[in-house]
Formats: sequence, structure tokens, C-alpha cells
Amino acid sequence: MFETLDQIFILLKQGVLGLLPQGIRPLASCLLTVSAVFSVFGLLFAVTTLVERKALGRIQNRLGPNRVGPFGLLQPVADGIKMLTKENIVPRAADRLVHFLAPVVLIVPVALAFSVLPYGRNMVPVELDAGLLFFFAVGASTELAVFMAGWSSRNKYALLGAMRGIAQMISYEIPLVLSTLAVVMVAGTLSLPQIVSAQGGYLFGWIPQWHVLTPWGLAGFVLFLIAATAESNRAPFDLPEAESELVAGYFTEYSGFKFALFFLGEYWGLFAVSGLAVTFFLGGWHAPLPMLQWVPSWLWFFGKLLFLLSLFIWVRGTVPRLRTDQLMNYAWKFLLPLTLVNLVAAAAWHYSRSWDFPAALLWRWLACAAIIAIPYVLLGAALGGGRQKTQRIYRYAD
Amino acid sequence: MLGTGIIKGLAETARNFIGSYTDPERLVTVEYPDQKLPAKENARNFPFLVFDGDDWEKGLRCVACQICEKECPPQCIYIEKSKDKKPDHLGKPQFYPAIFNIDVSVCMSCQICVEVCPFEAIKMDTAFELSTGDRFDALLLRKDHLAKSNDYYNSIHPTEAGEIDARRAEERAKAEAKAKADAEAKAKAAAAAVTEKPPDPTAATAQKTNPDAPSPEPPKAN
Amino acid sequence: MSATDLAANYNTTGKPDSADIQSDVLEVAMGPHHPSTHGVFRMDVALEGERIIKLKPVFGYLHRNHEKIAENTSYLASMPYTDRLDYFCSMTNNWAYALSVENLAGLQVPERAEYIRVITAELTRLLNHTCLVGFLLQDMGALGTPLMYAFREREKILDLFEALSGSRMMCNYMRFGGCRCDLPAGWLEQAKLVVANYPRFLDEFERLLSENEILIARTQGVGVLPRELAVNASVTGPMLRACGVNYDIRKVDNYGIYDRFEFRVPLGDHGDVFDRYMIRVLEMRESLKILNKALAEIPDGPVIDPKAKLRGFRPKAGEAYGRIEAPKGELGFYLISDGGPNPYRYRVRPPSLINLTILEDMCLGHTVADVVVILGSVDIVLGEVDR
Repeated sequence: MFETLDQIFILLKQGVLGLLPQGIRPLASCLLTVSAVFSVFGLLFAVTTLVERKALGRIQNRLGPNRVGPFGLLQPVADGIKMLTKENIVPRAADRLVHFLAPVVLIVPVALAFSVLPYGRNMVPVELDAGLLFFFAVGASTELAVFMAGWSSRNKYALLGAMRGIAQMISYEIPLVLSTLAVVMVAGTLSLPQIVSAQGGYLFGWIPQWHVLTPWGLAGFVLFLIAATAESNRAPFDLPEAESELVAGYFTEYSGFKFALFFLGEYWGLFAVSGLAVTFFLGGWHAPLPMLQWVPSWLWFFGKLLFLLSLFIWVRGTVPRLRTDQLMNYAWKFLLPLTLVNLVAAAAWHYSRSWDFPAALLWRWLACAAIIAIPYVLLGAALGGGRQKTQRIYRYAD
Repeated sequence: MLGTGIIKGLAETARNFIGSYTDPERLVTVEYPDQKLPAKENARNFPFLVFDGDDWEKGLRCVACQICEKECPPQCIYIEKSKDKKPDHLGKPQFYPAIFNIDVSVCMSCQICVEVCPFEAIKMDTAFELSTGDRFDALLLRKDHLAKSNDYYNSIHPTEAGEIDARRAEERAKAEAKAKADAEAKAKAAAAAVTEKPPDPTAATAQKTNPDAPSPEPPKAN
Repeated sequence: MSATDLAANYNTTGKPDSADIQSDVLEVAMGPHHPSTHGVFRMDVALEGERIIKLKPVFGYLHRNHEKIAENTSYLASMPYTDRLDYFCSMTNNWAYALSVENLAGLQVPERAEYIRVITAELTRLLNHTCLVGFLLQDMGALGTPLMYAFREREKILDLFEALSGSRMMCNYMRFGGCRCDLPAGWLEQAKLVVANYPRFLDEFERLLSENEILIARTQGVGVLPRELAVNASVTGPMLRACGVNYDIRKVDNYGIYDRFEFRVPLGDHGDVFDRYMIRVLEMRESLKILNKALAEIPDGPVIDPKAKLRGFRPKAGEAYGRIEAPKGELGFYLISDGGPNPYRYRVRPPSLINLTILEDMCLGHTVADVVVILGSVDIVLGEVDR
């Protein structure tokens, strides 16, 4: 019974395809998958905006929106109606074609990126051998949209904001990719469904073999999340869009539906990288304990995705923003060396998997953790300018 | 180590998040207008005129002395004295305001008019739900709108109003006692004058020239 | 020291100067409609790349002729207008004005009134510094979380003020020779409760923020104000003490009854934004000490000098200057009386305006993002800057 529940979407799709004539089955299969992905992630976008506002409100000791519908559940509907009914203003000096295409160029690659993530057992929309490569390729092309938006607005400040945004996103691509490279190295494949299956099985019968539970995996996970936050322009890296200084962000000149598309694209990017993090580090659709395997695999995937989203929201509500130059320093001088060190640690882990003596696991853990921790402390000290700078003692007048 | 400060901050935020469900101090929203904050006794918003009893024109305490008009910093009060007088709570005839206007778009709720009023006539109201669609005429509060009963004053500022009522009751009691004593003295004097009168038919003229007889005085009102 | 002299030593991040790249100077006007300038305030900045080479503060958008109005209004009627100067801290504005008039007219203030004045002034200091910390972090992009916590605490103190004077912010509470009215029943207990809970809030704030690496990276070394410049520019208040100059008017003048309270004056060493932030947090703790003692020791008695006249107040001809340590700096009132019911000249020394005059020197060489943070640390309120 639980297997049926687990594979219910596959079974439904096969059932519907069976009703259709043979000729249009491939096309219909495409359309069904695409509409399923769009509807799920569209709904998730609506829910996330509401949950974010309510969670931020609760963190700040206040209620979030609760007037539109019970517990504010219809708030996304109200926001959607508002966005759709606003006037579509295009500045007179703007480059009309590029201005129109920028949101499109943002949405399409992100939607493509959704096609290679494994959402459950046998539930990958497109099974590619080089799925990771495809994912990063389309993910990087979203940055073009940022620049198109800033450039087409013919607005000095929007352009400045766009350039800062691009610089930030390009700088953080490298730690993003390198932190996943460790997983690729250990798993030996670029295909996402295979990486998920490499994390199946339970150690000692109950510890899951997720990559996050290894020292290099944990470090990679944290590095990946930090880079993902910067890629999606979220706090504390949201300087390009929450510009309280130079007023504009790269999408100031957008209104109405196009602005909604930018918003949608940003959140979909967040979902995509979170999905990738779940796939690479959190074991994809595997259950954490063997006794919980009766819960459908797609529920586990989305549960872990929601957990990651709540992490992002939590961080957003807590930390202030980094300045652009500090942001760049952080990416190049801290994250990049650490990802390289992480690769070394992953290699050490992989080659020490043949160790057989008692408590080998503990020794492997300690060794790899030391390989990562020592550079972390040293780099952190160098970045922070030394302990003397951060520890200040205040004297009192007598 | 780099990152410990942020971790501590995250712990603090998480505590606030969980606390907002369990601890009432961590969810301080009062959902107006379904819920309202408890009103403070001393709160003040705009002034109003107090009247005693049921008839607001007869019981209005204001005697149009125009002190509040002079002392008001933004000069938002406009008073015109009446031509006739009416008795106040002690019975003395006093002027009353024919026109008493407060421009609430100018009033800054400083309470100086209340402090300088010698007759406890103008007090601060606490009503703040005053929105109106009329931008001009409705912002000039006239006498009929400003006059509110002493019972209302007691309901919004019980301590103050209680003290003032006690004091005024004392004054009234004293005035009545004085009036009674005066009336008794007058009656006694009148009775003494009546009993001292000699049964002489020519006494009518004698009375007029008699310097010892008390002369009739007009009745005094206090 | 002119601005160009200081421009030479602005390089704070160690990046090489791009002297060989010829870039245009970009002139930007930040404000007056701006989410982070604490009111209607404009800054004309000239940017070279990302660095600021010139900054001119332009204010006056909130000028309300306060000093001229006072020449045509009686002394008492000017009191509500002083509430609106630094509209965050109305009690200290009232006290400074009352102090000046008491100096002018030679009035004595009874004991209980002095204690009430100290209590309300220290509560105001708590209010102001709490809000400042919240606003500083809001400007830095912490999306309102510290601000909401700060306002949660501020509400408690505002409730106290409402119960005492009738109004949360425009208190109009001090009079010449004392206070307007006595404490209502139960106020002292409520105040003691608020003050007893405050250290917990401060500890939470410290845990949330003071070790936060992002905060440290954005505030340490930013907006450094050298000692000599601060003294020469007559900067006062926490900004001056963050540079290391020991000048707190509560200790220097001993006005009111401050000599009866033991409190320390924290001093900073570097004069940057982080020092100003920490000095304010430490000052809040010292204020709590003063409050605890004052709330415990307040005597009974009258709250206003019996010789003080409410109406027809005509001080003798002469002049007086009264100043207090307002939360933002030295707030002073200079009054010249000619014997009439209105002052002949009424001048406010606003701490925010005087502290703002060296904004350019602090901001040279920093980026635009830093300017917002530096302005936040100066702690200005436009009501006071423009009067």
C-alpha cells in the first residue's frame, strides 16, 4: 500500500497516458510533467511568501498577515491580484525589447533547472547523465537577466545595482560549484538520481548514510547554503535588491506582472538550490530512519526542502547586511579556500574508507574534521582582522 | 571563532519565535479594533467642557473668563462672552460663553487650558476615535459638541473627577450653610425689627426718623 | 582641519587607490525622502567610484520657527513646544527648558520633584538609546528584528509616561519650580517592575548583536572621529565619549541631584560606530543603576515650588543658560528676559545639529552604505536639528 502511495504520481501519469492515443503520448507526457512541476512550485511560492511573512513576524514578536482569510491563508491570492492589476510602466528611455525579455530570461532557466531534480523514487522529470552540469549551466544564465534588467532601464542607479548584483552572483558561483564537487568526487557521478541512491542504506542499521553526516559533507553543506543565500540575493547578501542607500535595485523600473515575475524567479531560484542541497547532502528522498520508510519519498523530499527554506527565513530575520566589498572579500578569501580544503578532506575520506580497525569511523571523522577545522579557524582569524580587533574592553572614567 | 556571534544571534531569534507562541510577553500585538489596550486614567486627547446635571446649557461650568483663550499656546480657542448671566452651582450669576470654539486641527493637547482654568470647566477627553470625512467644518468643535456631562467626566477620569466633585460639594455645602446663616440672621433681624416696632400709629413717621431702627435691606443672594 | 587634509588618511580597507583610473565624479542627493535618514534630511554627496569625496548635509526641511514663536508666547506656553524639539525624548527637553527658566527667575525645586525629574530623564535615556540601537541595526539591514525588540521595551516606558503625564510622547510635564502633577497611585511599583525587567532585555540584545560578526565588520573602523576634532567641533554626548573624552554634564555640572547617585561614565577608545553603539549600551546599564536608587529613595513632599506662578509669570530682566545631558548630547536653552511675559530671546542649543556638522569629516573615504550607518550612529532627530 505504501509503495502505491510512494509512486502515486507515476501511476497517475501512466494511467492518463494510457487513455491517450499512442502518437501524442510523448508530448502529453512532457506536458503533464511540466504542468505538475509548475503547479507544485507555484503553490510552494505562494505558501513560502506567506510563511516567510508570518515567520518573520513571529520572530519580531508580532503577528504576520492574518486578515485575508483564516490565518492569512488567502494573502498570496490578494498579493497576486494586486501584482496583476497594476499598471505596466515601461520607462520612455528604456530599451523595450530587453526590458520585456529580462523577466523571461530569469524564469525560463530556473524552470529548466527544476527538471533534473529527483523529487522521489523514480520521479525525475528528465534523467540526464550530466544532470549537475545542466543544473549549474542554466542556473548561471539567470544572472544574465539581472544585467538585462539593469541595463535596459537606462537608469544610472539601476545599472549600478545590477552591476553589484552580477558581481556578487558571479563571485558566489564558484564556492557553490566547488562545494558540490566534493560530493561528485565521492559519489563518482554527475547524475542526480544516482547521487541520491548513493546515499541510501543505513549504517549500523539506523544511521542514514547521508553526505551531511560526514565531516566534508557537513562543511560542504554549510558552504553550499551560504553560497546559495548569496546566489538568491537573500539576507545577509541582499544589498543589490534591498538598497536603502542608492535607492534603486536592478528591478526598480519594473511594475506589475513583470515585477511579480522577478519575485517569482528569485524564489524559484531559492527552491532550486535548496532542492539541490537536499539531493546532494540531505539524502534526497531517503527517510532518516529505516522505520520511517513507509512515508512516501516525495514527502520526505519536500519536507527537507521546507526545512531548508525555514533555515533561510530564520537567517533573514536575524542578521544585518554585508557591504558589497565585505561580501566579495568573504567569497574570494574565505569561502573559496575552504571549498578547496573541503575537496582535500573529501578525498581523504574516500581513500580511508578501506580502514578496518576498530573505531575506524571515529578516526576518519576526526582526521577529516581536523583537515577542515584548522584552515577554518586560521582563515576566520585572518578575515576578522585578529582577535584584538574584535575584543574591545571599555573603560570607565573615574 | 568566526560564526559564533551569528549562531548566538540565531539562538536568540529562535527563542523569540518559539516564545511568541508560548509567552505572552513575546507577542505584543493588540489586534485593534477587535482588541483594545486598557485605557489609562490620565490619558489626554482633546479638551471638552463639563456641565453639571442634565441640561447642558444650564449646567455648563464655563463662565467665559477667557483665561484658557489667553494661555493656549497655539491659540486655538475662541470665546465670546454672553450679554446676560446665569447662576452657577453656588447660585451666583455668572457670564457664560455665547460662542466657545476649539479648532482641533490646531490644538496640540498640551493641557495648559485645563491647568489654568479656575472653574474646573474645561477638562481633557480621552476619546481618540475621531476620524471624520469632513476636513473643514468638522474640525471646529463648537460649544454643543464640546459640552459633556459630569457623569462622563467621572467615567473617564474617576480620581480627578471624584476630588473635584467632593470639593465642589463642600463649597456648595459651605455656601448653603452661609446662605442659611445669613437668612436666619436676616429673619431674626426682621423679626427683631417687627417686635421692636412701638404700637404707635404715629410710629410710621417716627420709624423713618428713628436712627436706631434697623433699615430694611434688600435681600442678598450669595 | 579642513576636509582635504582628512581625505588623505581615509583608506580604511587597504585597497589600492585607483589614482591612475580617470573616473567621473558622480553627484547624488540622498534624501530628503529616504528610508534611512531619520527624518527629512538631505545629503549631497560627490562620489568617485564608490568612495565619497565630498558630503554636504542640507537640512531645514522641518524648520518650524520654534525660537521665533517663543518670542511671542509666554514662558509657560513654550513648554509644549519644547516637547516637539527632540520628539523622542520630550521629558529631557522639558527639563532643560525648566532648568533655564529656573536659573533665570531663581526658583527652587522641591526634593520630590528633583527625584521625579531624574527618574523621568533616565527613563528617557533608556528610551532613546534603545531606539537608537534598533534604528542603527535597521539601517544596517537587519530587517527590523532588533527594532521590534527595542520598540517592545519602549512601549513599556511609554505606558509609564502616559500614566504619569497623560501623553506618551508630548509629555509637557515639567513646570518652572517642579513638575506639573504628582505620581499617580501604583506608578512607582510599575516603574520598578519595568526597570527590574530591563537588564534581561539588554542581555538578550547583547546576545543577539554584540558579537555578531557582520555587525562588527560593518561598524568597527567605520566613521572614525579623532579626539581633537570632536572637541574642536563642540561635539557632545555619547559621540564625544566614544572618542575618549570624559565629559558628561551630569558629572560636570551636577545639576539636579545627580551628585547623590553613583554611576560611571563609559569611554571608548576608537571613536568609530561600534564604540558609539557600545557606549550607548553601557550607558543604559548605568541609567538602570540610577533608576534603581532613585525609585527606592524618592521622598514624599510637594512637587512644585509654592512660590512659582502659573499665570502672569514675569522673570526679572537678565539672561540665563541652562543645560542638561540629554540622551543625544548637551541640550541647552539660552534665555534673555526683558521683564515681560515673553522672552526677549530664546535660543536652543540642539545637540543633534552640532554633532551633525562633522558628518563630512567622518564620512570621507567611506562608501555610501557606510554613510547611512554613520548617520545612524550620530543619532539625529530632525525636530531638533531644524527646530
